[in-house]
Amino acid sequence: MSAKALLKSGRVVDPSQDLDEILDLLLVDGIVASIGKDISAPEDADVIDCSGLIVSPGLIDVHVHLREPGEEHKETIETGVQAAVAGGYTAVCAMPNTDPPIDDPAAVGFIVAEGRKAQAARVYPVGCISVQRAGENLAPIGEMVDAGAVAITDDGNPVMNSGLMRLALEYAQAFGIPVADHPEDLGLSAGRHMNESIVSTRLGLAGKPNAAEEVHIVRDLLLAELTGGQIHLQHISTEFGVDAIRQAKARGVRVTAEASPHHLVLTEEAVEGYRTEAKMNPPLRTAKDVAAVRAGLADGSLDVIATDHAPHHYDEKESAFEDAPNGLVGLETAIGIIMTDIVSEGVIDIATMIDRMSCGPARAFGLPGGTLSEGAVGDVTVIDPDLGWTVDPNAFRSKSQNTPFTGRELKGAPNRTIVGGRTVWTR
Amino acid sequence: MTAAMASSRVPALGKDLVGLEFLSQEQILMILDTAEPFKEISERRIKKVPVLRGKTIVNLFFEASTRTRVSFEFAEKRLSADTVNISASGSSVIKGETLVDTARNLEAMRIDMVVMRHGSSGAAKFLADRIPSNVINAGDGRHEHPTQGLLDLLTIRDHCDRVQGLKVCLVGDILHSRVARSNIYGLLKLGAEVAVCAPKTLLPSAIGDLGVKVFRRIEEAIEWADVLNILRLQLERMEEGYVPSLREYNRIWGVTARRLELAPQDLLILHPGPMNRGVEIDSDVADGPHSVILNQVTNGVAVRMAVLYLLAGGQPGSAEAAKKEAGA
Ligand SMILES: [Zn+2]
Repeated sequence: MSAKALLKSGRVVDPSQDLDEILDLLLVDGIVASIGKDISAPEDADVIDCSGLIVSPGLIDVHVHLREPGEEHKETIETGVQAAVAGGYTAVCAMPNTDPPIDDPAAVGFIVAEGRKAQAARVYPVGCISVQRAGENLAPIGEMVDAGAVAITDDGNPVMNSGLMRLALEYAQAFGIPVADHPEDLGLSAGRHMNESIVSTRLGLAGKPNAAEEVHIVRDLLLAELTGGQIHLQHISTEFGVDAIRQAKARGVRVTAEASPHHLVLTEEAVEGYRTEAKMNPPLRTAKDVAAVRAGLADGSLDVIATDHAPHHYDEKESAFEDAPNGLVGLETAIGIIMTDIVSEGVIDIATMIDRMSCGPARAFGLPGGTLSEGAVGDVTVIDPDLGWTVDPNAFRSKSQNTPFTGRELKGAPNRTIVGGRTVWTR
Repeated sequence: MTAAMASSRVPALGKDLVGLEFLSQEQILMILDTAEPFKEISERRIKKVPVLRGKTIVNLFFEASTRTRVSFEFAEKRLSADTVNISASGSSVIKGETLVDTARNLEAMRIDMVVMRHGSSGAAKFLADRIPSNVINAGDGRHEHPTQGLLDLLTIRDHCDRVQGLKVCLVGDILHSRVARSNIYGLLKLGAEVAVCAPKTLLPSAIGDLGVKVFRRIEEAIEWADVLNILRLQLERMEEGYVPSLREYNRIWGVTARRLELAPQDLLILHPGPMNRGVEIDSDVADGPHSVILNQVTNGVAVRMAVLYLLAGGQPGSAEAAKKEAGA
């Protein structure tokens, strides 16, 4: 059986080929068959009119928490990938801080199998760095890679032991996968709930200083330099952290790094009134830090936009600030937030946005996609740049609604999500 | 609000007292002035006026605090309210229950007012936003303890005849102290100069941005200040490593008679209690001629009566009349 789809007359923006023009795109049997002007439709092709729309290589989110196994009341792989495709994502990397954690090949296999079953976005498992995420002994990294893991991380926790981090950066090199770290020195941050500042002082909340994150960013950069390993730094939120990464890249250190939509558009003032929807880790910081994260995104110091999609049940967030869990759902708001507050503001252009949301993530994690070149996987995101919409958490496909963006009016939204040549979601 | 609570006049304080940060100078002065006539009720043989007759008040204490609870309870009883005490230790009502459920239950019981002490910063606002009853913050985490701030202001005003222009230094664990924040807001709004003095480990890093001076050493604070408000050093702070030892704390930051002798002026000494004698304050200071620590306790009841009265819709100018109505 051959499946064919022809996307007609869209504005094809593919930074991997330096493309930005009105073109047709033909997908055959799950791969990109051809791209060019006036491709005539094969007889049995689905013809999709994309005029006025942007045709992008499929968006990839390298940092999502799907909560399964163990916390299915917050999200499941099924609901998580439905949220992903509704947000325009064709692939997601599932963090291993589940219960039990994804620290052996059987657990990795479970994520792969459940991801396939859901038949929406591709799900790439990320395995733990350490057994039980306990920060003591290396997990069976090679076996997990054989089972389908694309990276390792103890995310949710940092790797506190620098010796273990060194071993991970050395050992992972045999498999060509990045070691992703959630940079945070718990000695400076444990039991603390927001950015340390005048706002935390007024609210009477214990604050996490920028240094808590930066100490580990610098440590990880030094260890990557020492070992020649590939470090991927997650959710960078501070000015100094961005600078340190910029300088390390200039020295040739193999580092990639993330910016999260919320760290690009929100400051710590969002927690005023003890708003738990704005409680996250790393915390929202100051306007100076936000400006630096934006600059880092623009100049490529930060390679990828990753949502750190972190679903929580409503009654977990409906509590005193100190008792509420960290995180927000991000898959279904990312494009709208980035297009409205980052692209429209002129921080980056559309091509750079697509690089940071598709090409950059594919490069950082060595994933298929991130390009519409002939022969590539047929993962495509069609974006409507002009569609105005209002964030309504009740309309989310995610099982959870925890977002600080409720009621935000946005311009720009996914229009269609195609995975392996097959449309899995349309507006 | 319940029908009984409805008042045709705009309540002078709004629905709740969550903190002094969002009160105006006028509102703070109004509370202090309203407390004046209530002070005298406590001196009577029959210490009761009927202004809150028929009102139900719950004292909801998630953290143990005998002094604050008892002070509120006296204030409520002297205003003739019906009160119920619920404490985390003695009751299954709030054990393991979320704050949301507590709020819903209180709402269902049609309580007029809730006085709450809770270990989490922001808990008072959380409750106030969710129930129609008046909520009075009796201390939330390290955020605010507004009635303590008010009674400190009243005590300072009693003894110095003013607050404006006075130099007041808060000494001790500012980082974990809700009393410190309420004092800072209240004192600044009434025109005092405010300083803090503590080891840097016990100061929030941005404390200077609140508009206060910072003294590194107690000797400098004593030389500068007209009033010292000495905060309790929780013993667990030593276990958590914020200070090396209690002995060292007393030797370097303790307020001792010897240190006060070096001051160019007499200092008024406050302490919100309970005191650790021999740690942050020596007994000869606590019991000395310039200590107003027991006046603080007395004023605590009057200030809390004023707050309850005003939140229940009482008008500031009528407190004197309300008192007379009792016909003592
Ligand atoms: Zn993380």
